[in-house]
Amino acid sequence: MTNLQNITKGFIRENPVFVLLLGMCPTLGVSTSALNGLGMGLATTFVLLMSNVVISLVKNFIPDKVRIPAYIVIIASFVTVVDLSMSAYLQDLHEKLGIFIPLIVVNCIVLGRAEAFASKNNVVSSAFDGFGMGLGFTIALTMLGTIRELLGNLSFFGIKLVETDGILLFILPPGAFIALGFLIAFVNRLKKTT
Amino acid sequence: MEYFIIVFGAIFVNNIVLSQFLGICPFLGVSNKVETSMGMAAAVVFVLTLATMVTYMVQHFVLVPLGITYLQTISYILIIAALVQMVEIILKKVSPALYQALGVYLPLITTNCAILGVAILVIKNNFNMVESVVYSISTAVGFGLALVIFAGLREQMELMDLPKGMKGVPTSLLIAGLLSMAFMGFAGLV
Repeated sequence: MTNLQNITKGFIRENPVFVLLLGMCPTLGVSTSALNGLGMGLATTFVLLMSNVVISLVKNFIPDKVRIPAYIVIIASFVTVVDLSMSAYLQDLHEKLGIFIPLIVVNCIVLGRAEAFASKNNVVSSAFDGFGMGLGFTIALTMLGTIRELLGNLSFFGIKLVETDGILLFILPPGAFIALGFLIAFVNRLKKTT
Repeated sequence: MEYFIIVFGAIFVNNIVLSQFLGICPFLGVSNKVETSMGMAAAVVFVLTLATMVTYMVQHFVLVPLGITYLQTISYILIIAALVQMVEIILKKVSPALYQALGVYLPLITTNCAILGVAILVIKNNFNMVESVVYSISTAVGFGLALVIFAGLREQMELMDLPKGMKGVPTSLLIAGLLSMAFMGFAGLV
């Protein structure tokens, strides 16, 4: 598999959210606006990229039996890096994403890629894989965030389009489930026709 | 009264799954049958309460006195992973019957973000020891309630004739949306 394929497979064909159905908690939790989705996606991309690189570098030194705890510690370290730097430089976003930043640790995508890809492949392809999967996650979150923001607040990336109230339901928790349900149904339909 | 607010708030108003979006993976994953979802719910009540107690003590007796609170995420996730493993081993030895019932769900719980989420929320909300135990038990009960109701709804949905693209996860998410709407009726009560 080429490096390009390693990046693009995460976009649609193996999209972590729409197809693999991993990492649903942050997807539903932070997608109240497009910007929140984008921020969360990029934070996760960073963790995915760095943990994939480090794990593929040290994979030969870790005994097989303790590999999962070792991976978790590596991932948790990068999550702490993201958490602390975001609270230092991007305080607004950090406050909005709140508890979901430390919870990147338990995002199934990160550990899933470490176990399924980085522990078996070399550094370069692991880096591309992590980056691609992260971008796929970012795309999914931003898409869901954009839809919810458009319907719920009639705005796009914080810019108000029409000066009336939207369908408030889509900003509230039930809207997250309903919007994601229809998005996945749409992706299922797309996959069948191609 | 204060405890009543915590209990009612955690179970109904700020339901961990339907309004805080924690623990969605097991919520969607093991909710095919009412019976399995009850097993999962019991395992979560058990582990969540234990994990919150242990992380609370670690936070206040180790991390804060030593001034290393930045290690929160790393230490919590390790504690939870070790705890789940330990519970599994002890249960296997002490109570094989309980292990039979909960065993398969225990390893799944490590990746349940509700556990780590509640451990962090308790610290964020500045609860004391008793409050955090009450909060964690009621959160877990809320999780179980949502899971069992959801499983019941899904069992019925199996029998329905749906468009192909909507089958499976999309329909489940729509049902979850409706359920979440129902729980929103409790908003403002506390």
